[in-house]
Amino acid sequence: MPPKVKLTLPQFTHAIVYAGGLLISNPVIADNEPRLGDPVTATELSRLSITVLPDGRGLPDGSGNALDGAQIYQTHCIACHGADGQNGINDRLSGGVGTLVSTKPIRTIGSYWPYATSLFDYVRRAMPYNAPGSLNNNELYAVTAYLLYTNKIIGDTDEMNATSLPAVAMPNRNGFDWPE
Amino acid sequence: MRLMSQIPQKQNQPPNVRVLGRRGFLVAGTTLLAAGTGTATSQPTQTSLQPPRSPGAPMTKYGRPSDHEADVVRSRIRSKTGTTGSGASGTPLQHLRGTITPSGLHFERHHSGVPMLAPEQHKLVIHGAVKQPLAFDLDKLHRYPMTTRTQFLECSGNSAALLSPKAQDWNCADIHGLVSCSEWTGVPLAYLLDEAGIDPTASWVIAEGADAGRMNRSVPLSKCLDDAIVALYQNGERLRPENGYPMRLFLPGFEGNMSIKWLHRLELTDSPAMSREETSKYTDLRPGGRAKGFTFDMDVKSIITSPSPGLNLQQPGVYQISGLAWSGKGNLSRVEVSADGGKSWIDATFDGAPQPLALNRFNAAWQWNGKPALLMSRATDSAGNTQPTRQVWIKQFGSNAFYHYNAIQAWRVFGDGRVENTYAT
Repeated sequence: MPPKVKLTLPQFTHAIVYAGGLLISNPVIADNEPRLGDPVTATELSRLSITVLPDGRGLPDGSGNALDGAQIYQTHCIACHGADGQNGINDRLSGGVGTLVSTKPIRTIGSYWPYATSLFDYVRRAMPYNAPGSLNNNELYAVTAYLLYTNKIIGDTDEMNATSLPAVAMPNRNGFDWPE
Repeated sequence: MRLMSQIPQKQNQPPNVRVLGRRGFLVAGTTLLAAGTGTATSQPTQTSLQPPRSPGAPMTKYGRPSDHEADVVRSRIRSKTGTTGSGASGTPLQHLRGTITPSGLHFERHHSGVPMLAPEQHKLVIHGAVKQPLAFDLDKLHRYPMTTRTQFLECSGNSAALLSPKAQDWNCADIHGLVSCSEWTGVPLAYLLDEAGIDPTASWVIAEGADAGRMNRSVPLSKCLDDAIVALYQNGERLRPENGYPMRLFLPGFEGNMSIKWLHRLELTDSPAMSREETSKYTDLRPGGRAKGFTFDMDVKSIITSPSPGLNLQQPGVYQISGLAWSGKGNLSRVEVSADGGKSWIDATFDGAPQPLALNRFNAAWQWNGKPALLMSRATDSAGNTQPTRQVWIKQFGSNAFYHYNAIQAWRVFGDGRVENTYAT
């Protein structure tokens, strides 16, 4: 159960104002909860909500594999992240497995990320850097599949979709301590 | 260059103020304190004691700092290769006094640049595990009760430069500038969540910004109901664009990344999102290869802002050691300072009672004898946590934890008055 909301409310009072001989009640409300929010429809929410949870809730329809994803990566990603997710000018995406215990750990999708769903979610919300939101669902699944493939986590023809992606066994899945 | 001697010295100290000396503690009378306001080597702006008499400048619509303060600007603006908006800039802590960060000097950390949002088109949507999804525009939010508090915001990557094997020749802002303190005003999030009707299954709130990358973090529902606000004002005026205009989440004491700027969506869930920002980033890799996640609170920390690199000493005599201290785990109970590398300490004084979850200014008088010195400050918070030495911190957390570094900072003072970042302990 969530904690009970406790609001600090001003004391209940009434301001009594006499105007032109008429008694006008102008209450200073005790129940200071304006309740002005506008209802939002399910249709509006379906366009707005892009949250993906680790169990796969929120993943859209569509699918793609690494063979398709390689092309998308070449077009949209390689300039910053380099061939196969290495040696780019920006974050390294692959390799580094086994380095977390070293003095120079390399944190990549394969060596560090605990959930494959986070990868799809992040690419969908934030990438490509100059045009986030520009890839369609099949392209997103395909480039996600490519990045998992370059990290040797899945095969090049494995289809990634709303069912298969949450089931991907990430190498560092159990490498984190989360508080209760 | 801004010189130590430009900073006004306090003339009317009470007698018997404790002064930190090179060989322990002195109890000094007023004769010693009189030495502090000696010859200034700063560039004079007028040649006599007579101020100018010609009529001055007109009124302005929005005031700005003196032209003579043009060097008081954000520090070390850096962005990811190939981007201009994904990066950070620091508050020039060593040039400021008091505790409030001027809004234009608040540190920045953006992941997709600063969006320019039209306030009349911006709405906050609350949905997910609620009885009724709701949207709030700015006009509506202004009719809700608001609260105002002065609280710090710190990037959890702040001070991580001190993990580098060799001490960098950086100044206070370069190293520690990703912390600022503002008066924040906004609507307690509890009002809005209560109005939407929290479903019993909800335990997390996933907050998302309206920046191009829709940056998101998962926040425990308990925090949202405790002291989270949807902030609309910073230091009395609307938020600056780089601080989330027109609205941001503000989570007191938590790592800055979670106080989502340009807040546009809050989704209540029974699970954290495990987003990129809370898994591949903002997790603390420890020696042995395991990582700790959801380390939300910022730890107790203090830094001497003056003297510090760039604010060099001019001649032996009395100087005011001044700095900032804070803790995301409550209030401060104590700040101590040392001029001998931690061999001896004295308690610094606060300006009034320390304030919880805020930057607090501490001060201590110091008699510099003109010889090399090692200045340090060490804060203890109300939860009993004391800043460790750098060696102790690294032994416990390793050199790769990167986030939440809070060890004691040492400034080395050379005989010629230069001040430099150093690793002492």
